[in-house]
Amino acid sequence: MDTPSKPVSLREHVTAIAAEAHVVAAHWLKQGLVLALADGRLLSWQDGETGEVAMHGGGLLCACSDGASIVTGGDDGRVMSWSGSGEPQEIARDPKRRWVDSVTLSASGSLAWNTGRSVHARDDKGRVKSLDVATTPQGLAFAPKGYRLAIAQLNRVALWYPNTEAKPELLDWAGSHLDVVWSPDGRFVVSSMQENALHGWRLGDKPTHMRMTGYPAKPRSLSWSHDGLWLASSGADAAIVWPFQGEGPSGKAPRECGARHAKVTRVAFHPKALVLAVGFDDGCILLIRLTDASELLVRPAQRGSGITAFAWDRLGKRLAFGCEDGAAGVLTVPAG
Amino acid sequence: MPEKIPVTVLTGYLGAGKTTLLNRILTEDHGKKFAVIVNEFGEVGIDNELVVGADEEVFEMNNGCICCTVRGDLIRILDGLMKRKGKFDAIIVETTGLADPAPVAQTFFVDQDVGDATKLDAVVTVTDAKWLRERLKDAPEAKNQIAFADVIILNKTDLVTPEELAEVEAAIRAINPYAKLHRTQRCDVPISALLDRNAFDLDRILDIEPDFLESGHHHHHSDAVRSMSFTIPGDVDPEKFMPWINDISQAQGPNILRSKGILAFKGEPRRFVFQGVHMILDGDLQRDWLPDEQRQSRLVFIGRDLDEAELRKGFLACAA
Repeated sequence: MDTPSKPVSLREHVTAIAAEAHVVAAHWLKQGLVLALADGRLLSWQDGETGEVAMHGGGLLCACSDGASIVTGGDDGRVMSWSGSGEPQEIARDPKRRWVDSVTLSASGSLAWNTGRSVHARDDKGRVKSLDVATTPQGLAFAPKGYRLAIAQLNRVALWYPNTEAKPELLDWAGSHLDVVWSPDGRFVVSSMQENALHGWRLGDKPTHMRMTGYPAKPRSLSWSHDGLWLASSGADAAIVWPFQGEGPSGKAPRECGARHAKVTRVAFHPKALVLAVGFDDGCILLIRLTDASELLVRPAQRGSGITAFAWDRLGKRLAFGCEDGAAGVLTVPAG
Repeated sequence: MPEKIPVTVLTGYLGAGKTTLLNRILTEDHGKKFAVIVNEFGEVGIDNELVVGADEEVFEMNNGCICCTVRGDLIRILDGLMKRKGKFDAIIVETTGLADPAPVAQTFFVDQDVGDATKLDAVVTVTDAKWLRERLKDAPEAKNQIAFADVIILNKTDLVTPEELAEVEAAIRAINPYAKLHRTQRCDVPISALLDRNAFDLDRILDIEPDFLESGHHHHHSDAVRSMSFTIPGDVDPEKFMPWINDISQAQGPNILRSKGILAFKGEPRRFVFQGVHMILDGDLQRDWLPDEQRQSRLVFIGRDLDEAELRKGFLACAA
């Protein structure tokens, strides 16, 4: 086994892609990789063949995918969808051209997005429900089962059943909540905060709080392990990985993976194994195995080329990445 | 470090002429591209994909600093804009007529992501020569906007007599004698007078002299919001000064709108320069004192209900 201090390089297994604009998100569809770019374009890539799709008149702010299509939100106030071929479809358009900077899809094909101080949810039959909220909705995430949406806001995360008249359940905690994720088993909701922290709730009749603090920067990238027992986060000079076995991370120390003299900007767990992709603001990418902390170098540091997007394909054979300067690439994990 | 994008904050009471100024900046041929964050979408008559509508959303940071309010919407919008670096040279943030400029300014010092990518260049306040004196009586926001300004556009000067103009200027100067003041009609001020001011850049704070030269001018010191300056004709002891200024900004931060200082520390060849917004202080050693420059220590506070005698006593006690 190689020591963690001298990671083995996988550089020759990386194929470079020139995206030529800040990569907002990367997603794998059946037809191949799609990079969502800040200048409003999608760049599709399949074994070296590239194509372009114009999605937004202005900037593209967010993207999500269920593996069948990619959905994007833009500063032209539109929500757009593309299924990997043909023309993109407009799903919604805000009459006041307010930004759509959060979109999310559920496994069953429900979609949610934000505009101004409203949240909109479209179920798998195409029915749209809207909810007005007191403060700007930021991150959105569907529960893994059932039609329920977590909404990150100022001083709370709201849990909303769009198809009922019931008022949303409010998980209160002072501060500005930015991104929100739901654990794969549905037991935990975790938000990232303006105050350089994560805050979690164990759901139940009386939700209990979990404070995860000590980050030097905002932990804006969160990723669950395939078994749902670990939550990796960015925002420090190493990936911070919290244990979610049993009652959750309260009172337990997190694992710190891949400490370097740079800030972690993106994390992404492998879909089948306890292997974490860690991207830094200096452009470096490491693959780290949680079981023995061994490290593999995917991309050496490159000034001004901080990592902004990751996506593993469904089987975990390829890792796509994108960068703030428009560089991108695909790592094909060598067999064995 | 990549170049930080300069941000100009445009404030002004309702009807003073902010939209006129904004449209002027956007239509004039000056070779610069702006991203503009406006509060009333649609008022700006320019078809520009980089005009963004914002819902002002002020919140208190959960960090124990009671006046540490920031604009959450601004953090989000700047984060989005920064993904399109290269599409614009500078950013203009227009606030509502009733807005307090402090949360906007503080956002640039409190949020690290914003501070890493952008720099606050200056607060520009548009005022109305005809109505400002009325507003100063009934609208605390109007006073705050004057107090906070680095540049003041005294607009609609054609609607008042020379005597009225002199009175309104005196009222402005009683609150803030340090801002650059431009008298205008229909905001006809050169764009270069508004941009690249570097008002918050410690390296560019050269002096803190008033913008006008009428020494011995009588101020109306009964006003609650006003400025005061203190000078020690020599060095201060940093061991005394640093704890004092920290205590003052903690205890009186909510009432101190802006502060600025250039200080000579005993035994230190370089000038110590600081500037502050409420409780947030930013200070550093700057260039050397020049051979022909008198080493002296000078402080300015602009604030509300400040005890001038007490502050003077405290500062003078820091002399080395």
